[in-house]
Amino acid sequence: MRFRIYRYDPDRDSAPRMQDYQLDDIRPGMMLRDALIALKAQDESLAFRHSCGEGVCGSDGMNINGRNGLACITPLAGLKEPVEIRPFPGMPVIRDLIVDMSPFYRQYRAVKPWLVREDPEPEVEVLQTPAQRARLDGLYECILCGCCSTACPSFWWNPERFLGPAALLQAWRFLADSRDQHSEQRLDQLEGPYRLFRCHTIMNCVEVCPKGLHPTRAIGQIKATMLKHAI
Amino acid sequence: MKTPARRRFDTLILGAGGAGLRAALQLARAEARVAVVSKVFPTRSHTVAAQGGVNAALGNVSPDNWHWHMYDTVKGGDYLGDQDAIEYMCRAAPKIVYELEHFGVPFSRLDNGRIYQRPFGGMTRDFGGEQAARTCAAADRTGHAILHTLFQQNIRARTHFFDEYFAIDLLRDDEGAVLGALVLEIESGEPLLIEAKTTLIASGGCGQLFRTTTNAHINTGDGMAMVLRAGLPLQDMEFFQFHPTGIAGKGMLITEGARGEGGYLVNREGERFMERYAPHARDLASRDVVSRAIATEIREGRGCGPQKDHVLLKLDHLGSGVVAQRLPGIRDMCRTFLHIDPAETPIPVAPTAHYVMGGIPTNRFGEVVAPEKTGAEDPVPGLYAAGECACVSVHGANRLGGNSLLDILVFGRAAGKRIIEFLSEHRNHRPLDEAAVERALQRLARWDRRGDGESVATLRDELTRLMEEHASVFRTEAVMRDGVDKLRALRARIADVRLRDTSRVFNTARIEALELENLVDISMATLAGALAREESRGAHSRIDFPQRDDARWMKHSLYWRKDDRLEWKPVRTKPLSVDSFPPKERVY
Repeated sequence: MRFRIYRYDPDRDSAPRMQDYQLDDIRPGMMLRDALIALKAQDESLAFRHSCGEGVCGSDGMNINGRNGLACITPLAGLKEPVEIRPFPGMPVIRDLIVDMSPFYRQYRAVKPWLVREDPEPEVEVLQTPAQRARLDGLYECILCGCCSTACPSFWWNPERFLGPAALLQAWRFLADSRDQHSEQRLDQLEGPYRLFRCHTIMNCVEVCPKGLHPTRAIGQIKATMLKHAI
Repeated sequence: MKTPARRRFDTLILGAGGAGLRAALQLARAEARVAVVSKVFPTRSHTVAAQGGVNAALGNVSPDNWHWHMYDTVKGGDYLGDQDAIEYMCRAAPKIVYELEHFGVPFSRLDNGRIYQRPFGGMTRDFGGEQAARTCAAADRTGHAILHTLFQQNIRARTHFFDEYFAIDLLRDDEGAVLGALVLEIESGEPLLIEAKTTLIASGGCGQLFRTTTNAHINTGDGMAMVLRAGLPLQDMEFFQFHPTGIAGKGMLITEGARGEGGYLVNREGERFMERYAPHARDLASRDVVSRAIATEIREGRGCGPQKDHVLLKLDHLGSGVVAQRLPGIRDMCRTFLHIDPAETPIPVAPTAHYVMGGIPTNRFGEVVAPEKTGAEDPVPGLYAAGECACVSVHGANRLGGNSLLDILVFGRAAGKRIIEFLSEHRNHRPLDEAAVERALQRLARWDRRGDGESVATLRDELTRLMEEHASVFRTEAVMRDGVDKLRALRARIADVRLRDTSRVFNTARIEALELENLVDISMATLAGALAREESRGAHSRIDFPQRDDARWMKHSLYWRKDDRLEWKPVRTKPLSVDSFPPKERVY
């Protein structure tokens, strides 16, 4: 199987280049991550992040034949050859497939993604009905891989000012939590033309999310809540 | 070599999984200056992959009591666990879970609004009676939910993170005190010296010892190997847990919660074979028992598939609703890796390397202890450990499902509390030992050697195959002796390994070389202990010594890297407040 992989090592290269690789030993059920590990055994200078191998740690996000995804849950079968692998678009490249994720993490931190309560703490759990808890499904499962935000044109153009789909999904995760008591502050923080409202419902985020989550819907729910709040 | 940059903190935490982050939170809230060093971004730590849940006797589903939980844990560990630490953990469990809930963990809920609890292996009511539902779950993504929540609370507490820094070695002075560590910034390739009054190792397990494993690529036992190089021992390393249900041939974990929700195992004849091995608990016997049963079925030719190399886990009778609601992650994983829906088609599973019961010896305060001055329980000044890398020992010879998340949280917090006490009594940094810094730098510099030599990938591949062949579910003296010889030969070859990647920037080949060194040392600790222990106890099954032998072997092993030396120390059988559980025959 043939691969074309983006290579750039600032220590050696003056400019990025695409390098061709060939892998002969393709086994059934092999994922792209398995192929990258095999290629790294041939050429150990090929650098990429990876860890759990089952799509839960979110380390190995990359652009695969033009589409963001996790290498470990992308089957080789069905990929058009040569498989073209690039780092996430719109992010500063550190080396090869490894990008600087700090703009992404900064926006995550900016939505204050933690539960805030004002009431005194009970000795036991804060109660929550199954229906209230069900509102968090599709939100809490985010693995912060970055596939969505780095596929979002609004995030490419305004990475400092637009929070991006991943951070906004988390903003809604806490707004939607019956236990959280900071809705007002959260909504206030999202006001303004950029942070939330730069979303133009292009829906690339939904298209690429490897966990099947729906950031655009979450953004819509924030907007609806804001509107209700304003009236 | 030029002198590395220096930073100073009250506490250095190596590892950003559940144990490290729980400790960091305790410390940050007490206004200590904490540095958390992790070789990956915190939410990539392997706690994220824990599925089934965390045990606590909340009694939300069935009547419960921490004392029953304690009994189950002592028995589950085949009487090798230290009963003071087990009592402490089981008593602390409900508080720990309520705290997590207050931090924001999205636990699944019961109709009355309380935390959902599911049945798990080895959990009983009334000291070995009916099955208990004690395992608090967020669907089958409990580790993910806990890790992300702890990370979020640490951001709030403004913990200082060093993401993508790899720890090279501990810095110890002549008096044995630990004064911090030398770490490597992976992105720049520059070393950094972190001085700290206290150092907590929370670096997780070492499942990458084995070729087929539920563990992530990062689980290379870095902290454990660092402890060995610092001249300290590792404890009970012969006890390695093989999870009964890894996806056959691939290794991805299928949670015990799948059986907790009503799933069961069948062999090629369609027989529900666990009834023969554990008539009472059946599929929810403890993991060592179920893994041995599966391995026996396969060895005796009753495995499934053309190679007869696995058994089937049936969930197809549970209904699509239960699978979707309680096991959504498992369903996704089966679709991705097996192209099946477990609500319709049974899952091929086999015992898979999963968890190390052994580790860095500690007491229940998270202090690392070693026989250096007066006895085996002497704390090493300034050094703490918690989580899978540590051996308190609460799991003894076999860990029960749901006790691992509990362990990391209880002892992460306990270590944090102990460190706060230490810091209040020790206001100043001790002077750094420059010779220790030099030694750590040498370890790093070794990988700058150029020329021809074997590759890291070759040795790592050989090592994991060797361990799978010589230290697996069933063990014999001949096989292990052969393994030790091969491992010695492999260890000697490391000196001739060379890196081809000479870049300074994000050199993952260099990280893998350092990890290989760590894995080789831990492999030797595992095999040496396993060869010496002439009995079968918990996860350690000797075909040549099939019985547990309390008279000779109810004791912990301690392994030192120097001369591959082994010593033994007694089990702490006295609990804190209740009567001891004396060893009895272990049946499920």
